[in-house]
Amino acid sequence: MTGSPAEAQETLLTVKDLRIEVRTDRGPGPVLVDDVSFTLRRGEVLGLIGESGAGKSTIGLSTLGYSRSGCVVSGGSMMMGGQDIRTMTGAQRRGLRGRGVAYIAQSAAASFNPSITIMDQVCEVAIRQGLMNKAEAEAAARALFRELELPNPDTFGSRYPHQVSGGQLQRAMAAMAMAARPDLLVFDEPTTALDVTTQVDVLASFRKLIREHRTAALYITHDLAVVAQIADRIMVLRRGKMVELGTARQILNEPREDYTKRLVAERAFGQTSTPAGRDAEKPLLSVNRVWASYSKFANVISDVSVELRRGDTVAVVGESGSGKSTLARVIVGLLPRSEGEISFGGQVLSPRLAGRSKDQLRRVQMIYQIPDVALNPRQTLLDVIGRPMKFYFNRSNEEVRARVLDLLRQIDLPESFITRYPSELSGGQKQRVSIARALAAEPDIIICDEITSALDQLVAEEILRLLKRLQDDLGIAYLFITHDLGTVKRIANKVVVMLKGRVVAAGETAEVFTPPHHPYTELLLSSVPEMRGEWLDEVLVRRGAIAAAAKASVATA
Amino acid sequence: MTVEALTPDAIAPRRRRSIRLFGHKPNLTAWIGLIIIALNIAVAVLAPLIAPYPQADIVGDAWADPDRLHWLGLDNLGRDILSRLIYGARLSIGLSSLITGLAFVIGIVCGFTAATLGGWVDAVLSRIVDLLLSMPVLIFAFMILSVLGTDIPVLIGTIALLNATLVFRLARAVAMTIASLEYVEAAKVRGEGTWWVISREILPNAIPPLAAEFGLRFCFTFLLIAALSFLGLGIQPPLADWGSMVKDYRDMINLDSAAPLYPAAAIAILTIGVNFVVDWMLSIHSRGHGEPA
Repeated sequence: MTGSPAEAQETLLTVKDLRIEVRTDRGPGPVLVDDVSFTLRRGEVLGLIGESGAGKSTIGLSTLGYSRSGCVVSGGSMMMGGQDIRTMTGAQRRGLRGRGVAYIAQSAAASFNPSITIMDQVCEVAIRQGLMNKAEAEAAARALFRELELPNPDTFGSRYPHQVSGGQLQRAMAAMAMAARPDLLVFDEPTTALDVTTQVDVLASFRKLIREHRTAALYITHDLAVVAQIADRIMVLRRGKMVELGTARQILNEPREDYTKRLVAERAFGQTSTPAGRDAEKPLLSVNRVWASYSKFANVISDVSVELRRGDTVAVVGESGSGKSTLARVIVGLLPRSEGEISFGGQVLSPRLAGRSKDQLRRVQMIYQIPDVALNPRQTLLDVIGRPMKFYFNRSNEEVRARVLDLLRQIDLPESFITRYPSELSGGQKQRVSIARALAAEPDIIICDEITSALDQLVAEEILRLLKRLQDDLGIAYLFITHDLGTVKRIANKVVVMLKGRVVAAGETAEVFTPPHHPYTELLLSSVPEMRGEWLDEVLVRRGAIAAAAKASVATA
Repeated sequence: MTVEALTPDAIAPRRRRSIRLFGHKPNLTAWIGLIIIALNIAVAVLAPLIAPYPQADIVGDAWADPDRLHWLGLDNLGRDILSRLIYGARLSIGLSSLITGLAFVIGIVCGFTAATLGGWVDAVLSRIVDLLLSMPVLIFAFMILSVLGTDIPVLIGTIALLNATLVFRLARAVAMTIASLEYVEAAKVRGEGTWWVISREILPNAIPPLAAEFGLRFCFTFLLIAALSFLGLGIQPPLADWGSMVKDYRDMINLDSAAPLYPAAAIAILTIGVNFVVDWMLSIHSRGHGEPA
């Protein structure tokens, strides 16, 4: 960490009493940001942290003189270089963007034009702002690619966005933002969409870039451990208001406010022991040396075996593209397996959905990653949760209604929600409804496909607690697919680590996560951000050796 | 909610029963649209009672100017233009609703089936539609109508089939998108049949784009009927419909007569009314999808 910047350094941005609210046709709407003030010096990084809806991105965008449609900056001031961003004219704002402030969005893939080379897009701002000619801009871009440790920096720019990986594209966006040498960078959850292992590299590149150019930055994220690596100071936001502002060290080690304490506590979890499934029992679900592919040419999963007993929670972990979700699809029968056997309660399951009996379908239920698309927006909760009861058990309307109310109580939602539509619920509530829908079928196994990754930390925590309680009460087994090792450590009693469609390690959680690890497990484990500010430096030092070992192990696998 | 429920005939009675429509309060423009549609339907239904003269009777000199007895003047044969407008509402609105409704039923059923089942079903249906679309609309209609005769049922069937090809393409594309969402996958994993997936999971979510298309198709149908009438294959004289009235009277615009503007205005006003209601329905549907506040 850099020492706190000297007082004498000039202040770059002063935000005072910022207030942003929604304006609708019918007058003022909800207030998104209220009474937020901070200053930013040159070279300083301020982390903005909070749950979704806390107003982090709204503040970040406002420093670009931009607010989303319907939102208005209705109070306060944002002074930068002697001018108030709020009162700038359109032409002044255009001059500000790119040259004064630049923005790095969460989804790089959605931020690049797929039909233009990366080089042209990176150079565009500097050329249009008249700062450089084409040759200079390209030279500068190549220098940035090199600083960001992109592969083949001299030719990287000639590629199109789809030809590079997600992590590389995210770094290319940082290059684009830096092209006109802005004084302030706004990072809006830039690593949230990346795998843990990629996140480490990208974070390290960002930090290097900011430090070398002494650029100030607003770093927006919901992950305290990420912001700990990069921020000098942290502002905690909740529902548009500032909860706490302090140095990174103070926020992480001695949080003053209750809310901050809770956030820190959730992240600083310890390992809890989960009762192991009774090994003596026969496995409920047994996946035996299964292979599957989408086309004839490449196997997405190869030779995968997993066993699940009553009351078990088996976590399947790995990066995106490792075949975790495909495994779930093969188990439920959406993707027919090409080889191997899946048996359930002693019976061999047909590879295809159509070949399975209603009862077999009922006993394996699934919960999806994104609750917004997992529930039909045109059905009330009564229809959503009630349908499996009607479909599998042929219950009468009164029975269904009573049972749905019962399930709503079990998932801690008010009974009045029975007439609501999914769009009237929050993300966490929708995910609870998904759980209730799965429970309505009275299953033996629930497959959870990244069910917490689209949720805020505290909400995800509540969902996990709910699942645990239901398991204790009902003895359901979970196959828990995730890339978040923190979650795994807490809830799973067994772990299967997947890499490129193969299982590289499997066993009891404690066993798999205790050294000596498989090198890939080690790489995954070491990539989970920790709240200590020194963590990134340490992991980068260790990283080289671990990565090499992991690569070697894949080659021999 | 079925597609037929969206035709103007179905909307008006509901409006009278309650202030809410599809569970929502109509806004100002929706009210204007609903009133326009209701008035049009009332005029069509009550035509014999309110029209001053029978539609085919010659009541004076050709192209007589408007006077106290003939508010909009007389047409090329000396028939009362107002009376023909009123009777024209019957044929134009009735035919358009029927044709568009039929086109949507055929198009949606085929489109959704193609999207859900895929494979050879999709391939066969899609190629048939490509074949139909590859022929110019008027030439195709001309062919069918000259072979099968110019009865109104044949006319309805032909235009409905032609419109159904366009609805098919839209319905198939929309259903494909929805079918890839996880709630549809969840229904399949549950073991639901194809019919449930189509009617309960996909259809309710496909209504907004289809309703917008309905508003457009409804209005284009007038014009297509008019075009066919002009070629002598559509509505046969002496029956009146707005489209053929525009065609019959259009030369009079050069002689300082407003005659062609009346039927054109009738088409335009109904078009606007239908689209007001469709726009409002689209807005309630997009709100229902829970956009971030």
